Amino acid sequence: MNARKNIVVVGHGMVGHRFVQEMRARDLAGTHNVVVLCEEPVPAYDRVGLSSYVGVWDPAAMALAGNDYGDDDLVDLRLGESATMIDCAAREVTTSAGDRISYEALVLATGSYPFVPPVEGADNARAFVYRTLGDLDAIRVAAEAAGPGAPGLVVGGGLLGLEAANALRLLGMTPHIVEFAPRLMPLQVDEGGGAVLANLVTELGLSVHTGVSTTAIADDAGTGMLAVTLSDGTVLDAALVVFSAGVRPQDALARTAGLQVGERGGVVVDTACRTSEPGVYAIGEVAAVEGRCYGLVAPGYTMAEIAAEQILARSDARFPGADMSTKLKLLGVDVASFGDAMAATPGALEIVHSDPVAGTYKKLVVADDMRTLLGGILVGDAEAYATLKPLVGREIPADPSALIATGGEPGPGLAKLPDDAEICSCNGVSKGSICGAIAEGACTVADIKKCTTAGTTCGGCVPSITKLLADSGVELSKSLCEHFTQSRAELFSIVAATGIRSFSELLTRFGTGLGCEVCKPTVASILASTSSDHILDGEMAALQDTNDHFLANLQRNGTYSVVPRMPGGEVTPDQLIVIGEIARDFGLYTKITGGQRIDLFGARVEELPLIWRRLVDAGMESGHAYGKSLRTVKSCVGSTWCRYGVQDSVGMAVTLERRYRGLRSPHKLKLGVSGCARECAEARGKDVGVIATDAGWNLYVGGNGGQSPKHAELLASGLDDETLIRYIDRYLMLYIRTADRLQRTAPWQEAFDGGLEKLRDIVCQDILGIANDLEAAMTRHVAGYRDEWAAVLDDEDKLRRFVSFVNAPDTPDPTIAFDDSSGRKVPVLLGSPAFPTR
Amino acid sequence: MTILETDPQAGESAFPEPNAVGTRARGTAPLAEPAEWVAVCPVTDLTPGRGVAALLGDQQVAVFLLGFPAGSPDLRAVGNIDPFGRAAVMSRGLVGSRGAVRTVASPLLKQVYCLDTGACLDDDTYALPVYPVRVSAGVVEVARWVDAA
Repeated sequence: MNARKNIVVVGHGMVGHRFVQEMRARDLAGTHNVVVLCEEPVPAYDRVGLSSYVGVWDPAAMALAGNDYGDDDLVDLRLGESATMIDCAAREVTTSAGDRISYEALVLATGSYPFVPPVEGADNARAFVYRTLGDLDAIRVAAEAAGPGAPGLVVGGGLLGLEAANALRLLGMTPHIVEFAPRLMPLQVDEGGGAVLANLVTELGLSVHTGVSTTAIADDAGTGMLAVTLSDGTVLDAALVVFSAGVRPQDALARTAGLQVGERGGVVVDTACRTSEPGVYAIGEVAAVEGRCYGLVAPGYTMAEIAAEQILARSDARFPGADMSTKLKLLGVDVASFGDAMAATPGALEIVHSDPVAGTYKKLVVADDMRTLLGGILVGDAEAYATLKPLVGREIPADPSALIATGGEPGPGLAKLPDDAEICSCNGVSKGSICGAIAEGACTVADIKKCTTAGTTCGGCVPSITKLLADSGVELSKSLCEHFTQSRAELFSIVAATGIRSFSELLTRFGTGLGCEVCKPTVASILASTSSDHILDGEMAALQDTNDHFLANLQRNGTYSVVPRMPGGEVTPDQLIVIGEIARDFGLYTKITGGQRIDLFGARVEELPLIWRRLVDAGMESGHAYGKSLRTVKSCVGSTWCRYGVQDSVGMAVTLERRYRGLRSPHKLKLGVSGCARECAEARGKDVGVIATDAGWNLYVGGNGGQSPKHAELLASGLDDETLIRYIDRYLMLYIRTADRLQRTAPWQEAFDGGLEKLRDIVCQDILGIANDLEAAMTRHVAGYRDEWAAVLDDEDKLRRFVSFVNAPDTPDPTIAFDDSSGRKVPVLLGSPAFPTR
Repeated sequence: MTILETDPQAGESAFPEPNAVGTRARGTAPLAEPAEWVAVCPVTDLTPGRGVAALLGDQQVAVFLLGFPAGSPDLRAVGNIDPFGRAAVMSRGLVGSRGAVRTVASPLLKQVYCLDTGACLDDDTYALPVYPVRVSAGVVEVARWVDAA
């Protein structure tokens, strides 16, 4: 007989998961078992961030931390199993698997279901809702079948509707938004904000239809699309329809069980989250706290805590009401709404600053004392949200109109906020808690996330956390090494400004000591990025890491691998034959790389010039696999061969690879070009990804694989060839000038002051006026390019280094040995080290 | 394989006088007897700031030309085999300084060694053997250890 009491949780969404965590964190003695019924086939995921699933398509990336309770024996998580019946009298739940589980406490966290308005044809196979990963998978299939640029229609122009429209846009569709209210986001923004929002969204290529409803959806045999009829008689073509017109509490189970439900749905609970039946609780979107449902995650999290406290009888925790503030970046447009945004408080005054040119709308709602902030709306520029929102209910420490004026300081500044001001509203973390963590030694955003949970849900407060860290004086040393106190970016500026062309002069004037394996290659890279001199010329030769010094990749047994360049992955049969002959003649192990080229392993240092003589004679050149420089431009086969391709991706990849080959950078650079939205080249995993659409090229930046994979983000879309190349020139040069040593584009971009928006302003709008300079630098690089290997083969002096032993050039290194008995050639390392061990 | 006892404590004078002709490497135990000077290459064949590998019978040596302070070549010679990676690569490492110590970093996993004592500065359980090196009539020579046994 199990002495433990059972808690059954119905629903494993964000709130259900949070409840289990809160419960397990409190029940240290292990007095309760928790059985979780999860209707979906995957455990709790980040539904708030649902649209980030688009493009990634990896459910694992959406998972909430700890959602499988892997090492917790007291939690029984049942995936794909729902509750079918509750017997309140017997305190028993029946599951879809036919199991009957008795409970001490039952927690309903069933969430909501999408509301589908009564539209004729709403059950069409190409009409979807927007709620689960499964919904998105289905939308993806339909969108991809329709092809890039096809129209997609979203019913609902609220928060969720704009999210859904964004998802369609990310899928390469051209979205229409149909909203019954006279403006977008009617619940969050007022008429003025709605107008600015509609302008911004329209500029992005979306069509907004407000003040109309959808009346019918029908298959149109003529176009093969759906014909969607609006209440004003308009008929729109759409490849698919997404209903995103709000949600309704998922209270069917509770109704059947006889629990009291609200007039507008939802399981009625008191402020302790108790339903009308003893032992039954409801939390999250399904709960109608004193009749009101809350559709945001933060109140749900609060309810999860309250229910855990109540069930364990630890305290009489009560729901305090909820903050319905929202800040979102929808379709790249900032929208924030907080406090009494609609000025419903008697006597409330509105201060509005609208700038149609800048595309911003800002409104503060203050009490009749003109000092106390009640709420506000920010559209187009929501930077002030982080500092304004915590001030709701407090006196504004400045003239309210100055806070929202164009060009003014955004908000009153974090420094002026009181300690109890809430910075992370998802997890209820105050400024004081964050500053406390900093005082106790947290010095990165990751540290703060770990010890306070701030910034772990929607991430909207991360800029504020970063600011608090910076304000507290936490400064991570940017020194390159013990010889240079400067960062790589600073040294780059010094080299550019002084024209210094040697390491020794740079060290004498700006450093100390004799240099090391960190600063020498870094300076060598800077010198290489700023000129077209050969990397083994003069003093430069002494600075290069072994890879650059021998123009090959050092492997673990002291041999090297050789990678000839194959622009865009193109290679001729004759070149393949030459490569095969070389591999055979030198006994090299051959492998296809992830970057669409061939790697030849096991070459001895003295063999490198012999191998390259033959490669160069066959028309091949250095692939720079050994350098912190452009590696490959991966491509799919594109429109020349592929039935789906819309542009010549191989042609563009070859152009880009030829343009940027030999470009030295802070870290390796990889590019990709896909000929259509199917993205077979995996371009979004590259530093620069180019994806073809009917309307031109879409340019993505800052992606990489590696230890923490990152998808590239959209920088610009619909570009012609010339503009595309200009933007890439600027982006890469800016990166080369300002990144830290060994910082790839993704972390550089993440840390870039002002973020992607600022980067876009610089690269696409040239707000700093440096675009010509960046382009000129790239033009110089392109004009000065020469194959490094061809140059070495023509230079007796440079060839002298490729020798096994300086005093025995005809003796190969006797310590190098291989074993190919298994069919795969592998290096054999020396025996155990016969060196002193003390 | 020759085993060397090294004692980093004995080599505290980190910048020895350059071109110490005929002296044994600082900080090493007395040479196993007898030693034989082996010609490596003309000093003009070396690149300042880089190393070369040389074969001394069954031993591999990495010889570095650090520069020409006061006009004379400043040379160092250590074992060529990286004791961590167990590959003959030390001659391809980058030289430099850590504090007052002249160093070379393994090109494999970047452990740093003192060029005067051979001690690994990142893990004191490892060390490289150190070889006497000199210039004789413009030719770099390294002393070969001969196993006493």
